[in-house]
Amino acid sequence: MAVIDHQVLERHGVTEEEYGRIVEMLGREPSLTELGIFSVMWSEHCSYKSSRVHLKTLPTTGRRVLQGPGENAGAVDIGDGLAAVFKIESHNHPSFIEPYQGAATGVGGIIRDIFTMGARPIALLNSLRFGSLDEPIVRRTFAGVVAGIAGYGNSIGIPTVGGEIGFDESYTGNPLVNVFCLGIAKADEIIKAAASGAGNPVYYVGAKTGRDGIHGATMASAEFDEKSAEKRPAVQVGDPFMEKLLLEACLEVMKSDALVGIQDMGAAGLTCSTCEMGSRGGVGVEIDVANVPQRETGMTPYEIMLSESQERMLLVVKRGREAEVERIFEKWDLHAVKVGEVTTDERLRVKDHGKVVADIPNRALTDEAPVYRRPMSEPAYIREVQQLSLAALGAPAPAADVFRRLLASPNVASKRWVYRQYDHMVRTNTIVVPGMGAGTVRVKGTKRALALSVDCNARFVYLDPFRGAQLAVAEASRNVACAGGLPIGATNCLNFGNPEKPEIMWQFATAVAGMGAACRALDVPITGGNVSLYNETDGNAVLPTPTLGVVGLIEDADRVVTRAFKAAGDVVILLGDNRDELGGSEYLKVMHGLIRGVPPSLDLDRERALQHVLVGGAAAGIIRSAHDCAEGGLAVTLAESCFDTGLGVEANVAGVETAAKGFSDIATVFAESASRVVVSVAPEHAQDLISRASAAAVPATVIGRVGGNSIRVSIDGRIVIDESLGVAEQIWSSAIGKYFEPRKAIAQDHVR
Amino acid sequence: MKFAVVVFPGSNCDHDAYHVAKDVLGADAAFVWHKDTTLAGADVVVLPGGFAHGDYLRTGAIARFSPVMQEVKKFAAAGGPVIGICNGFQVLTEAGLLPGAMLRNRSLQYQCEHVYVKVEQTDTPFTLACRPGQVLRIPIAHGEGNYYAEPDAIERLEKNRQVIFRYTDAAGVATENANPNGSLNNIAGLCNEARNVVGLMPHPERACELGLGSADGLILFESVVKAVSEGAFASVRK
Repeated sequence: MAVIDHQVLERHGVTEEEYGRIVEMLGREPSLTELGIFSVMWSEHCSYKSSRVHLKTLPTTGRRVLQGPGENAGAVDIGDGLAAVFKIESHNHPSFIEPYQGAATGVGGIIRDIFTMGARPIALLNSLRFGSLDEPIVRRTFAGVVAGIAGYGNSIGIPTVGGEIGFDESYTGNPLVNVFCLGIAKADEIIKAAASGAGNPVYYVGAKTGRDGIHGATMASAEFDEKSAEKRPAVQVGDPFMEKLLLEACLEVMKSDALVGIQDMGAAGLTCSTCEMGSRGGVGVEIDVANVPQRETGMTPYEIMLSESQERMLLVVKRGREAEVERIFEKWDLHAVKVGEVTTDERLRVKDHGKVVADIPNRALTDEAPVYRRPMSEPAYIREVQQLSLAALGAPAPAADVFRRLLASPNVASKRWVYRQYDHMVRTNTIVVPGMGAGTVRVKGTKRALALSVDCNARFVYLDPFRGAQLAVAEASRNVACAGGLPIGATNCLNFGNPEKPEIMWQFATAVAGMGAACRALDVPITGGNVSLYNETDGNAVLPTPTLGVVGLIEDADRVVTRAFKAAGDVVILLGDNRDELGGSEYLKVMHGLIRGVPPSLDLDRERALQHVLVGGAAAGIIRSAHDCAEGGLAVTLAESCFDTGLGVEANVAGVETAAKGFSDIATVFAESASRVVVSVAPEHAQDLISRASAAAVPATVIGRVGGNSIRVSIDGRIVIDESLGVAEQIWSSAIGKYFEPRKAIAQDHVR
Repeated sequence: MKFAVVVFPGSNCDHDAYHVAKDVLGADAAFVWHKDTTLAGADVVVLPGGFAHGDYLRTGAIARFSPVMQEVKKFAAAGGPVIGICNGFQVLTEAGLLPGAMLRNRSLQYQCEHVYVKVEQTDTPFTLACRPGQVLRIPIAHGEGNYYAEPDAIERLEKNRQVIFRYTDAAGVATENANPNGSLNNIAGLCNEARNVVGLMPHPERACELGLGSADGLILFESVVKAVSEGAFASVRK
């Protein structure tokens, strides 16, 4: 047996102290296979050892919650006996090492989580972060990630209906790839990933096990450095066709009652699925790796247990019903293989040709895995970056010039270059396509629809983690409310740096606290999600990015609202207040290269009231378009409302008073104050909407009319922006694609 | 009136075609597994979109060997109406039921977007309810839809009026800009010489309800319902 020394432990990411606990729990030294099993189950990625104490503070229950955290995905009741099953997950580290496959397998992984619950996946979204597109390496990563998401999602036939993309230098060496999937199940037929019934056979089905992805979970739990490219063998290769077969076959198996439990093999592969299924069911699972289908010869039990080969499922089947299940898989040309059985002793026992090679109590790998209350301290940068002196920036550029610059900023610009590559219509449920607001899918067989949004403004979180995370919750919820959806549940993907640094841990804990407070106030329980730590390259962390995915329930799919203006002559109303809040804005970043100031204030009661006005107004059929004010502020919101239907707008707003002299125009049209939505209504409905808003104590101001072929914005009657719609749209729609026009890109590379 | 929707492993628009037949048109519909050796007594056969066998080889190249394709060929030879949508069109070309082949899109990217197609011919079972020259707004969603055939084959297609759908602008003009993928002569769809087998890259089944942004595709399905109910293909059904 190999000697387990300091170097072996280091290679496994296991500390001396953790090793001591392993020896104590086993009552002996572990074998190398056992050490490997412990190392992946105790990795940050699988054990949440740094984050768990904080995650416990999040609200996870509610009237509609059918399944909270702990299973493969969360589930909420959407009426008609149906459940929405959804989760978001990160695939950041693999996507930097191998963008196409990293992103593709991220899509594959989250889809498995959803259908494992017995739900038919019907929608995907993603939240992506990259460095500046001026960098060739970023363009390569960006294009590869988008192609990977497209390659997998399009092939398996699940539409990508929305998402968000942000750019900041901090993500150059560590992009974020967070993928959200939603499925529909019968509420009383949700399937759990628990084993039970001693003697029931344990089946393996799907792709064969190879040496790919060994230690993927441990890789995702370490920082990057210049040697990261050498970790490429730890990235898996996706096979969407195999997963399509698995998806259909598993859903067919689930219709019979021959199935006891099922779990996909994601991070930590066979190890995680066996011990977690045993642990959830209070039983043991015993397998013999010799029975596991293998792609390569000479694989050791260690390699088989730790492989993260994709598209594999583990099933527990009722004894006596094996033939039934095998027949269904055979129909789909899949071969289900019995690899072991359920035992009574609550242990994970692994054999190799009958000889025991690992024998570990489930609890040691799951419930009793280490939990750290890591030291925290407020980072010194916070106080420094919150100082913002606009006056010191000199006189600002004219609003009209800023407007053009913002439209061309990749953060603001049209993402059509991206979503055109995603099949966003397959399954014929997509009633709001990407680029039109929250992606919305109807629920066939009902009148209802679900509006979906993933959001996070990471600059705000960087400047103030508590408020920034609250703003992320508010924005995602507001986006689904704009579509007419009542926010009923959320999932989070928490992307941070190295938690062993007290400053990062403080960011994390503070953001989670803010997120929890906002979710409670807005009545949006978090039913699950994912934590991605160690998002650092050469010691530099990404902007803290706690992304939130929110599901909104629309009672009448025919009443869904998009962001596009619908008819000339419609009245444009601003819900909410314009304020002197330029902190963390796109304006500061684009025009001055700054991420400074304090993020916009947020009154959660006001936010909730606003969302109710939006949902009520949509249900009543009086809101014709709704679009929230985010990056780029009011001016960009007005512009984006014009682009799809080619209708212009003429608006006039009152100038806000600013602390810094000369910045009133800028703050009025480009500040990113929260809880603001631009809606349009038919003239005869304007008073109705205003009354609804005033009853809810939400400010509502008529600011203009839809019509014409320009975007004309005045402040106190003085025109500050007057751009032809054609020119504005050209700037906005070509900004990202132009980075990928072949000749131009080559020329840029050459200059560099 | 019954539609058979063929399901290859990797088909993913099968449910969408079924939904249109069953829920939108109120017709009868059945999924037919690719290993089946009957077409369930259907009046119309739909080869749906998707990625049959993952499209890991040339698109449609493996699907053409599926047992059910023998039945589809017999059905087509007897004059029965067959429509191949997107991947289904690719399968039809591989199976030799329609001429030509699909190259990668000119953009080298998968493209999902609404386009305009003009109905060039109305004497097929899938276009007989259309007005000649009618422009339909229908989505495409493919990476390999760049139609190619040898020059003499293209000439023959045009001469025989086998080009049924052409990519155009909203006004029905076949411009270069309106061609989303580089297809020769802006060809979006065509029929066989007997005119009963139609293939097209756009997805009419995704444009059959206004809530989805367009209902322009429904007319293809209404056409074939009309054709069948008028008894045009009574001899086919066994």
